[in-house]
Amino acid sequence: MNGTLTLRAGPAVIHVERRTVVVSAALVVVAVVLALVALGRGQEWAGPGEVLAALAGYGDSAFVIRQWRLPRVVAALVFGAALGLAGAVFQNLTRNALGSPDVIGLDAGAYTGVLVAVTVLNGTAGQLAVGSVAGGLLAAVVIYLLSLDSGLSGMRLVVIGIAVNAMLTAVNSWIVLRAELDVAIAATGWNAGSLNGVDWSELRLPFAVLGGFVLLLMLISHAMHQAALGDEIAATSGVGLGRLRLLMVLAGVGCTATVTAVAGPIVFIALAAPQIGRRLARAGGVPLVPAALTGAVLLLAADLVAQLLLQPVALPVGVVTTAIGGCYLIWLLGMEVKRR
Amino acid sequence: MTSRLTAEDLKLGYGERVVSTRVSLEIPDGAFTAIVGPNACGKSTLLKAFVRLLTPTSGTVRLDGRDVGSHRPKQFARQVGFLPQGLIAPENITVRRLVARGRYPHQSLLGTGTAADEEAVRTAMAVAGVTELAERPVEELSGGQRQRVWIAMVLAQETPYLLLDEPTTFLDITHQYELLALFARLRDEGRTVVAVLHDINQACRFADHIVAMKAGRIVAQGAPKEVVDAELMEEVFGLPSLVMPNPATGTPMVVPTV
Repeated sequence: MNGTLTLRAGPAVIHVERRTVVVSAALVVVAVVLALVALGRGQEWAGPGEVLAALAGYGDSAFVIRQWRLPRVVAALVFGAALGLAGAVFQNLTRNALGSPDVIGLDAGAYTGVLVAVTVLNGTAGQLAVGSVAGGLLAAVVIYLLSLDSGLSGMRLVVIGIAVNAMLTAVNSWIVLRAELDVAIAATGWNAGSLNGVDWSELRLPFAVLGGFVLLLMLISHAMHQAALGDEIAATSGVGLGRLRLLMVLAGVGCTATVTAVAGPIVFIALAAPQIGRRLARAGGVPLVPAALTGAVLLLAADLVAQLLLQPVALPVGVVTTAIGGCYLIWLLGMEVKRR
Repeated sequence: MTSRLTAEDLKLGYGERVVSTRVSLEIPDGAFTAIVGPNACGKSTLLKAFVRLLTPTSGTVRLDGRDVGSHRPKQFARQVGFLPQGLIAPENITVRRLVARGRYPHQSLLGTGTAADEEAVRTAMAVAGVTELAERPVEELSGGQRQRVWIAMVLAQETPYLLLDEPTTFLDITHQYELLALFARLRDEGRTVVAVLHDINQACRFADHIVAMKAGRIVAQGAPKEVVDAELMEEVFGLPSLVMPNPATGTPMVVPTV
């Protein structure tokens, strides 16, 4: 299944890998099936027909499905895609499968920003979003300054990031311990990364913000693709690397931090989704679209597992992703060490 | 001799380490310039300064009278193409796709191109002799084939200037001569070619202009017949040699006497 599809619009021509298109379509199908299952899940399972009718506004379960279950399912898909994109951006930037925002401490930094917004300020949705992005960017700046010698790539940056992650996690625990009891309880649930009880009103702002960052990613994706040829060829074929890297950090942190602001740090999706997507699409570099779609599927699947595992108690989805992600991380570290 | 690409009083280095000082050079338009010299004499560093990969500590590199650093990246990339050493292709990429990457500076922000791109890719592959390999994955090719694919990629960039860092290294002698003949042909078609070369005899045979470097400085430059003699070989390479006319071409031929 090799080869390319050529799309034409007037004089403009664009080439797309055929395999990427097929893989992406397959992932969309899986996501739709999972969504139907997740929407039907309840005391009494609803079949796909009933779910579709409810989505259209018919039937007894219309309110429950559209107002309670749908926000959660859409949030899982959108946030999963955003985390997959963030992971792909940073793995491209660091040229390392371990260089994803959840591993190198950007999620933890974003969460520090959220905690500061909650404890010091009064924690409105806007403050959470700004605090989260600012915290993530600050963590990125610290990691960058500490790994200046090796630039923005390489194992050194990843190791420093893991250390920064550990320190920020400690800071986060300290803030929670010092906080008022009710804030602390809310923050602890959040810390695990959870989609429990999200509703439409909470999602509007984050979806709009994510839309902005995705637009930015679309604008720089062709340059990112070219940058995968290596710094020298990229620069001499016309990629402004300095500006590109800055925008990549901004978009990557923006995606992961916006998700963190709503759902807390959900690990593993950003780490694994881009690599799974890359292997499925058999592409060079870390392609964005398969990463986003794999992320959406992974997070929705993990959230389903989280809800079904200890019924009727709904686990935070972060617990499930951490458990699976831990195993994956051990395997990946093993591979990295073996390669050296 | 006219020159659009010039370097004036460059000081070059990486961090604290100074590689070159007081280097001035005018690249002759429409000629094949070969930069020669012993290892670590600053040849590659000088080339990097010309293609904006290294910002000079002091001094200026200019294209059309303007500091190269002030050109927009894509605009500069439509004028000057560069082939570095030690390139690694992304996994699973076919020859045609890799060569097409050379079209980047001619494409829009979103990567849409035009029919001119396909034509340029086809021509570049034909000129570099890799048309038959078009649908093969790059990683399956031999070293010589792979080098020709990279050359095709830079050719697809369709730049008046081609700067190449040791393009013939690791190739067998047949491929070396094919490549050098290709550069001479591109020069005949009006392009300006600058290459770092290791073999002084090949430089004399194919280049119009020789730039000899030693310890970060330019020691001599000019047409091969004017600059390459026993004295230069002793000074630049520390190699006692006889220099005589090449029986096939009349260009200087260096025969070391050690």
